[in-house]
Amino acid sequence: MNDSAPMIWDFEFTFDVMPSLLGGLWVTVQLTLIGYTIALVLGLLIAIVRRAPVIGAIVHFVMEFIRTTPLIIQVVFVFFLLPASLNVPLLGPVPITAFTVGVTVLGIHYAAYTAEVYRSGIEGVAQGQWEAARALSLPTGRTWGAVVLPQAIRKVIPALGNYLIAMFKDTPLLFAIGVAELLTRAQRVGSESFRMTEAMTMVGFLFLVVSIPSAILIRRLEKRYVAV
Amino acid sequence: MSPSDTPENTTAPGVDGVVAENAEDGLIVFDKVVKRFGDLTVLDHLDFSVAPGERVTLIGPSGSGKTTILRLLMTLEKVTEGRIWVDGEPFSHMPRGNGMAPANEGYLRARRKRIGMVFQQFNLFPNMSVRKNIMEAPVHVLGIGKDEASQRAEELLELVGLGDKIDAHPTQLSGGQQQRVAIARALAMRPEILLLDEVTSALDPELVAGVLDVLREVAETTDITMLCVTHEMGFARDVSHRVLMFDQGRIAEEGPPDQIFGDPREERTKSFLKSVLENGH
Repeated sequence: MNDSAPMIWDFEFTFDVMPSLLGGLWVTVQLTLIGYTIALVLGLLIAIVRRAPVIGAIVHFVMEFIRTTPLIIQVVFVFFLLPASLNVPLLGPVPITAFTVGVTVLGIHYAAYTAEVYRSGIEGVAQGQWEAARALSLPTGRTWGAVVLPQAIRKVIPALGNYLIAMFKDTPLLFAIGVAELLTRAQRVGSESFRMTEAMTMVGFLFLVVSIPSAILIRRLEKRYVAV
Repeated sequence: MSPSDTPENTTAPGVDGVVAENAEDGLIVFDKVVKRFGDLTVLDHLDFSVAPGERVTLIGPSGSGKTTILRLLMTLEKVTEGRIWVDGEPFSHMPRGNGMAPANEGYLRARRKRIGMVFQQFNLFPNMSVRKNIMEAPVHVLGIGKDEASQRAEELLELVGLGDKIDAHPTQLSGGQQQRVAIARALAMRPEILLLDEVTSALDPELVAGVLDVLREVAETTDITMLCVTHEMGFARDVSHRVLMFDQGRIAEEGPPDQIFGDPREERTKSFLKSVLENGH
């Protein structure tokens, strides 16, 4: 080790870089929340569409493809495939940022997983529930919205929660396309000052600060919802 | 088509030349109905009809096709061959061009409302309160206002003796109570035809009487046409106008309850009734 980077913990440096790291953590949280929302909504739509005869098979194939290729490759591929900006009618050129690409790909990738979770929940609803809804002539939307999905989703809330934490932990992959999330910031401040130890340790610490309480929260949800 | 049309007009020609000559005779008409599941023939060219207001009990060994008849009427299954008519209208099929095509979902939706069903396993919606279970279809299918539907739910629960359970959840109720709620839920749609599919089979013996009492009351106080699959021979005898004994997808014997239970002619009916009595049903 050289003199400029002694292997002792520098608290002053740690405090100096905290604002930047916390800014990165905020971006990470935003990525997770927006991406997760996409995954929850899209996954549900996919799970429902998958039950249709032809289009369901096509959707199933696409989802299978997404699940069997690495997320980081999808992110990089989509980011470099798309133009820097997109001409939207009325709005003019809209820039396609790394954040937008990152959060969208993250959301779609995880939708492939949440769709399976929803599917297992939907299949877990007793056949008699569908039959009762039919015997009462409930419209399709009502059968799904008031009878099937409330029962299906309740059962899979813990499984969906696990994907929230998994997605949170996957956000550093967006480092590859330069999204200013936690790891990207830490790498930047670390390499500027040659103090990677503090920067990277704090990345790990900040991830723990968020994911441990989240995990506890999800265990609680599990206890509350699993026994239906 | 309305029941007032002349038979010539209502007799729709079928694609395969099958003509429902007796489509006018009853509220429900089965015309050479065949139902197969794979290689298994559950209903074998079944013909029968039910008059408006008539209460018919279907008995017979399990696998003889009784429940399938109810499921066909509730459109939970589709016929393999033949036709079902309800109130002079094709029910399993719909007119298309000069012929008939299997009924599609839109056609069935408009016609299914007049039929209600109570299931062996109750099938209440566990995510809704008792009140919501009963209100759901009247509000979202018939378009009745929420206040009116709620009031009607209260009246129906009084009828089935569960007025105090209106805000309970199905999981908090016994099987017998759940089944009484399921009856109230079916009645809330004011059905013309009520299908009862072994409604007491899943209940503990001490809870059966309560459910049957409710159904007796419904039978006595309404003119709902009832088709009932049951092993409760005492109940069948009390409420039904006619009993159909099924065996291997066909009607082995039919007649008024006194004759079927008191003086069965067919050997199959005799042995079936004997086995039911011996098993303590």
